[in-house]
Amino acid sequence: MLAVEGLTKSFGGFTAVAEVDLVVDPGAIHAVIGPNGAGKTTLFNLVTGVLAPSAGRLTFEGQDVTGWRADRITARGVARTFQNIRLFREMTAVENVMVGAHCRTSGGFLAAVARWPWRPSRAERATVRRAEALLELVGLAAKRDVAADELTLVEQRRLEIARALATEPRLLLLDEPAAGMTPTEIQDANRLIMKIRDRGVTVLLTEHHMSLVMQVSDRITVLNYGRKIAEGSPETVRRDAEVLAAYLGADA
Amino acid sequence: MIDPYTESVLIFLGINTVLALSLALPVSAGLLSLGQGGFMAIGAYASAALTTWYGAPFPLALAVGALLAALAGLAVGFPALRIKGVYLLILTMGFGEIVRIFFLNFEPTGAASGFGGIHQATTLTGVTVTVVVLLLFFAQIRGSRIGRALEALREDELAAEVMGIELTRLKLAAFGVGALIAGLGGALYAHYALFIDSAQFGFHRSAEIFIIVLLGGMGSFWGAVAGAAAVTLLPELLRVIQEWRMTFFGTLLVAMMIWRPWGLIGRPRPRLIPGTPDA
Repeated sequence: MLAVEGLTKSFGGFTAVAEVDLVVDPGAIHAVIGPNGAGKTTLFNLVTGVLAPSAGRLTFEGQDVTGWRADRITARGVARTFQNIRLFREMTAVENVMVGAHCRTSGGFLAAVARWPWRPSRAERATVRRAEALLELVGLAAKRDVAADELTLVEQRRLEIARALATEPRLLLLDEPAAGMTPTEIQDANRLIMKIRDRGVTVLLTEHHMSLVMQVSDRITVLNYGRKIAEGSPETVRRDAEVLAAYLGADA
Repeated sequence: MIDPYTESVLIFLGINTVLALSLALPVSAGLLSLGQGGFMAIGAYASAALTTWYGAPFPLALAVGALLAALAGLAVGFPALRIKGVYLLILTMGFGEIVRIFFLNFEPTGAASGFGGIHQATTLTGVTVTVVVLLLFFAQIRGSRIGRALEALREDELAAEVMGIELTRLKLAAFGVGALIAGLGGALYAHYALFIDSAQFGFHRSAEIFIIVLLGGMGSFWGAVAGAAAVTLLPELLRVIQEWRMTFFGTLLVAMMIWRPWGLIGRPRPRLIPGTPDA
């Protein structure tokens, strides 16, 4: 589905991501873990076109998408959430999700002028219904008309997922979907991630909560100092000496 | 019948509203401009030349003036929209000055001595119709797909792009349509002032338009209307205090920015998306 080859990103003299190879299989939940500053978020920014790679190749569904702009990558079928939540704060929950549908709908200034002011168009109503269905999926149906700003942290993370799903991705990148959550909330997040996978969306996620990662992931890639140090099933990674060293210190 | 004084105040109120709306659109996408006076000048000179030299009908002159201003908007917008915030302000300000100096030196339109002999074509009815049409346009934008995209762009540019919104295209459209409206305002102005020269479209004009939007509130197009009303009517009402009126007006602005920085019209309440029971 997604193939990353020799992906490198340097900021001046600092290499945040160094020659990373990664293959995400369709239908999988694939986790990227690593200590703080390991390059996980930079990797996400590269895959979603937010940053352009210094070197390497990105292939999505067999098509070379290296250096594509973020909006084109999204249109191609890759969506994401942000670690430091970036919702449209003054817009309501349902509006946030509807913005997510932007690249799957059409209509500019002329279409806006040519509509009936008192009756939404067929396409607009379809967008609203899809947005409502996604809010339902993430458990925010009751918060439909609440400004994103007024939602709790957990609700905001869920809304970000709904908004990302509205772009109709085949690959969804979740950047620390459980950050700042309690164990119960993490269980809910787990269930949601699996529900999304069951809808046929491949998931690539980063996370610090090992309980979540070990439970949901089919495959785990471990980064440290921008390099891939291990990869495999949760059991393999759990036993990997280099991973233990990276997390617990070299003597562990 | 309304007396000529009231009529002239109302016409200027309408023209100021048009100009404020020309800035409200780019502002709704988070783009600030101190160059609206330049677009206004293009609309004013182009339409005046058409009606005065070629006897073109006024509506045609309006349309051509507005379109030329829009073209200028696209030409400026293309390089300008890669930069943000205060840098964009400086760039648009530079554009405004270039336009002013161009008309100051352009012989065919009178250069420094100005362009006179324009016949009056702007009427109170015409201005009112223009304002109403523009307000309907803004009301239609709000809550449409493109309106949501503009709002998303203002709130978080990166998130908007990651949601699949083509930033450059959207910004260019907002800037271009804003310039078009400014050109329209300029054409209306020229056919009421009857004499135009480059000084009328200089930095102070751009700044005035900026102040109107700032005063009214950057959040909504009603803010632009309220701001235009305040900036047009207050100096008139304050004539009683004579030479102190501009000082008073300035003080009022400062007070506004301290106690009510969001403008006369507050932030728009999140509007509700109508439900779809007929699924």
